[in-house]
Amino acid sequence: MAPVATPFFFYLLAGIMILGGILVITRKNPVHSAVALIVTLLAQASIYLMLYAPFVAGVQIILYAGGIMVLFLFVIMLVSIDRSMKERQFNSQWVVGIIAATALGGLFIAVYTKGKDIFPDRALPMVENDNTQKIATMLYGQYMFAFEIASLLLLVAIIGAVVMAKKRI
Amino acid sequence: MESMLHITTLHYLVLGAALFLLGVIGVLTRRNVVIVLMSIELILNAVNLNLVAFSRLWGGLHGQVFAIFVITDAAAEAAVGLGILIAFFRNKETVNIDEVNLLKW
Repeated sequence: MAPVATPFFFYLLAGIMILGGILVITRKNPVHSAVALIVTLLAQASIYLMLYAPFVAGVQIILYAGGIMVLFLFVIMLVSIDRSMKERQFNSQWVVGIIAATALGGLFIAVYTKGKDIFPDRALPMVENDNTQKIATMLYGQYMFAFEIASLLLLVAIIGAVVMAKKRI
Repeated sequence: MESMLHITTLHYLVLGAALFLLGVIGVLTRRNVVIVLMSIELILNAVNLNLVAFSRLWGGLHGQVFAIFVITDAAAEAAVGLGILIAFFRNKETVNIDEVNLLKW
């Protein structure tokens, strides 16, 4: 099914994402930041649906909004945030940070205004009803080695997280 | 006006760049380690958006597979980063990144 009213939904979701991103980096309370980040991630999942990527959208909701953000909220619960909420929120190098970010933004603007004609203005017809099946075939065929490395990475991350969070080993 | 109403790959790339910038600003200016880690998630999401947009442009699925690998990496990174954060909080009783200065000259 082709997406309907694409410009309207694109600008709506883009606005939600940018607003959520701004809230993430400006809120004092990390819990509010986490909720704003969840909103951003859900809007991004909807944008994946507009790009004919339903499997990535599902993974985004389950893994990001469901898994990683719960991990974040648990850690916010474990560490005491009362003291840091009363203190200064921006570090001492924030001026330099803003300048560096502005330079990066200028680079992005330059690249995208100069190179906007490189991308062909076309939208290839994509079928989405066998999207998941095709991704599975690629993951277990062409990307088999990368898939196994990713599982090894997750194993190392689990062990590392337990070792670092444990009081005595 | 015509280019505003016709959503092309460039629109998605600009949105990704804006999210990336927000993440960079968060990483460079905030003091709270939890929010710095959330900003890193924003950066990874901007990259994912670009990958999926290019996958749509070229009609293949390689970009989507890469986006899944990036999400896996983000999960691993969040787990290890939050583990480090808990160890840091246990030692210093704070979550301010300014006080991670043991290796500072």
